[in-house]
Amino acid sequence: MADQSKKPHQDPETTGHEWDGIEEFNNPLPRWWLWVFYATIVWGIWYVIAYPAWPLVEGAPAGYKNWSTRANIAADIAAAEAANAGMNTRLASAELTAIADDAELNGYAISAGGAVFRTWCAQCHGSGAAGAKGYPNLLDNDWLWGGDIAAIHATISHGIRTEEDDDTRYSEMPVFGDILEEEEIVQVANYVVSLSGDAPDATAVIAGEMVFMDNCASCHMEDARGDREQGAPNLADAIWLYGGDFETVMQTIEGSRFGVMPAWNTRLSEAEIRAVSAYVHQLGGGE
Amino acid sequence: MASPQPEAPAKLYAAQEPVFPKKVYGKFRNLKWVIMAITLGIYYLTPWIRWDRGPNLPDQAVLVDLANRRFFFFWIEIWPYEFYFIAGLLVMAGLGLFLFTSALGRVWCGYACPQTVWTDLFILVERWIEGDRNARLRLHRQKKWDLRKFRLRLTKWVVWLLIALATGGAWVFYFTDAPTLLADLIALNAHPVAYTTLLILTGTTFFFGGFAREQICIYACPWPRIQAAMMDEDTLVVGYRDWRGEPRKHSEEVKAGDPQGDCIDCMACVTVCPMGIDIRDGQQMECITCALCIDACDDIMDKVGKPRGLIDYMALTDETNERAGKPPKPIWKHVLRPRTILYTTLWSLVGVGLLFALFVRQDIDFTVAPVRNPTYVVLSDGSIRNTYEIRLRNKHGEDRPFRMSLSGDRTLQLQLEGLTDAVVTVPADSVKLQRVYVIAPADTDPAGLAQSSIRFWVEDPTNGDRVHKDSVFNGKVQP
Repeated sequence: MADQSKKPHQDPETTGHEWDGIEEFNNPLPRWWLWVFYATIVWGIWYVIAYPAWPLVEGAPAGYKNWSTRANIAADIAAAEAANAGMNTRLASAELTAIADDAELNGYAISAGGAVFRTWCAQCHGSGAAGAKGYPNLLDNDWLWGGDIAAIHATISHGIRTEEDDDTRYSEMPVFGDILEEEEIVQVANYVVSLSGDAPDATAVIAGEMVFMDNCASCHMEDARGDREQGAPNLADAIWLYGGDFETVMQTIEGSRFGVMPAWNTRLSEAEIRAVSAYVHQLGGGE
Repeated sequence: MASPQPEAPAKLYAAQEPVFPKKVYGKFRNLKWVIMAITLGIYYLTPWIRWDRGPNLPDQAVLVDLANRRFFFFWIEIWPYEFYFIAGLLVMAGLGLFLFTSALGRVWCGYACPQTVWTDLFILVERWIEGDRNARLRLHRQKKWDLRKFRLRLTKWVVWLLIALATGGAWVFYFTDAPTLLADLIALNAHPVAYTTLLILTGTTFFFGGFAREQICIYACPWPRIQAAMMDEDTLVVGYRDWRGEPRKHSEEVKAGDPQGDCIDCMACVTVCPMGIDIRDGQQMECITCALCIDACDDIMDKVGKPRGLIDYMALTDETNERAGKPPKPIWKHVLRPRTILYTTLWSLVGVGLLFALFVRQDIDFTVAPVRNPTYVVLSDGSIRNTYEIRLRNKHGEDRPFRMSLSGDRTLQLQLEGLTDAVVTVPADSVKLQRVYVIAPADTDPAGLAQSSIRFWVEDPTNGDRVHKDSVFNGKVQP
């Protein structure tokens, strides 16, 4: 604002450095700034002693505080588990059918069960629980071994056709390729496909029904709606585990199927099994 | 080394020059007192205002409830998903600073910045205990710590600490129920975070207001550096009319009989300056435009019988005009410029946008997230089912029922997981995630189409209010 030439002030101080006639003004830093710098050095020395700071070949020294990210994570996990311990105890001792009526417990079970599902179940059943060929879709309303929460809980606990568990769900479909004539297999396959759609050879359906009643109805029942006691699938609905087209049905009859699911009671806690049971039960097909 | 070193090397570090601002009276000083009273009053008292929101909700008018992720401001309640309101307010605050800076220079720094306000308060305490500038200078220069100096210093520090404690305390009161927290703090059973925050803010207030003062503005604050980019030749700043003031009386160059300027070199403008500068050297980095030098100089001009305004608010263009003998621009021409009009327009647009968003905000709020993994499920009777995760938000202080319904193809059926009817009760002040199924029976249109439009309705059965969200239904795509 003021005219510089009229100022009664002396020239500004320079550092005394000069390059080709260009001088450098001296604008000294505040002294406290220097003290802050020294303070950071002191802090740095303390930090190097207190924390792992020297990268050596075999890792860093522990530091006198023995600080480690692994220990921190372990402590965090332990704290989370301790915080959940009460809910887990409640869950493990609750009536299975009563879980859904307890809003707090149910909310906990579904979120904990979702985590268990994504960790242990998603590999086969898919992260969205939609299954895949040979791995049941858990979202629909068709169940091989039962869809109420007790049945789901039993299936998860003991698995299906798993050798290690004596209480596992077990059944075995014979290899009808060794039992029936090729013509009979074509006939019965036509009959099975006709139950939920159009058979490729309508003339074989009547004969196929005879073959079915003699060989298949003992497990799949006379109306072909299956038997959950034996895990025998309902053949009359729109849902197929391996596929409902004629070729796949032929394959299934000739070579049988033997789907296996591990028993989870050796790997998961009772609370975790109940949580994932509740989670699966509320996906849309629960009975 | 052959190069000549004519003098001792310059000092690279400078000790802080202590500043002892003198008491001053005048219109700008009075304005600053009023602003100080208002800003400090708002800061200290706001957490204690009560606001009845009914049961289950806090009754504090302004509360940042971090633990429950709620922000309460009188009748407005903001949830985390509405953070754009806060972002919008920050944008408005930024544009407001741009506007004020381009029109009035560092008016924020001079009047409203917490650093200025609290420093002003601390200087008031200092003056009250240790006396005005000369008494404080004497006390500062007195090397011996006798009983009087010790008593004065201790009293001052204790009062500063109490103010700092109240300042840090008021801050934590914004984050939890103030009366409860005060009782807990006194009973020594408040949360450690409360004590830590309180201690840190007490320490910074005490240190920044009592000792660091102008150093914060000069060295620590980035805002003065940014402000320079928003000021131009029409921006009002505090300046000295050197063409009127120079040559100064009493200065060595002025001999008897020479023409003399209006400035009597009384140093009143320098002694009152909280930044410790001489405004007669021109606009400078340190000046926070608090205008106390204007008050001081006007007082002197009155006494010596000269017109006021030797030091005054003025813009660069005024200086040019006045030097040429032309009258300065009127104030409104400085304030009303394309630049300030643009800032005002932007500021108003954001503000109106926020108000609009606030007023059209629905009392019922929900989101629909179609489950895409998988997009549809075939049920045993061949019907096609889609799943939607619907989050219903209840912002009321009591449980609230919501009735869900669906519009779209008439064959579509709505089912809610775990419920036999379509009424979901959401607990007070919370969000409920409800799995919702839409089923298209086999061989209907939606079951066969790749995609069809649907609309979810949520109604409050108690008052009939209802809102909708659109979504899509995925049919079985035939291979």
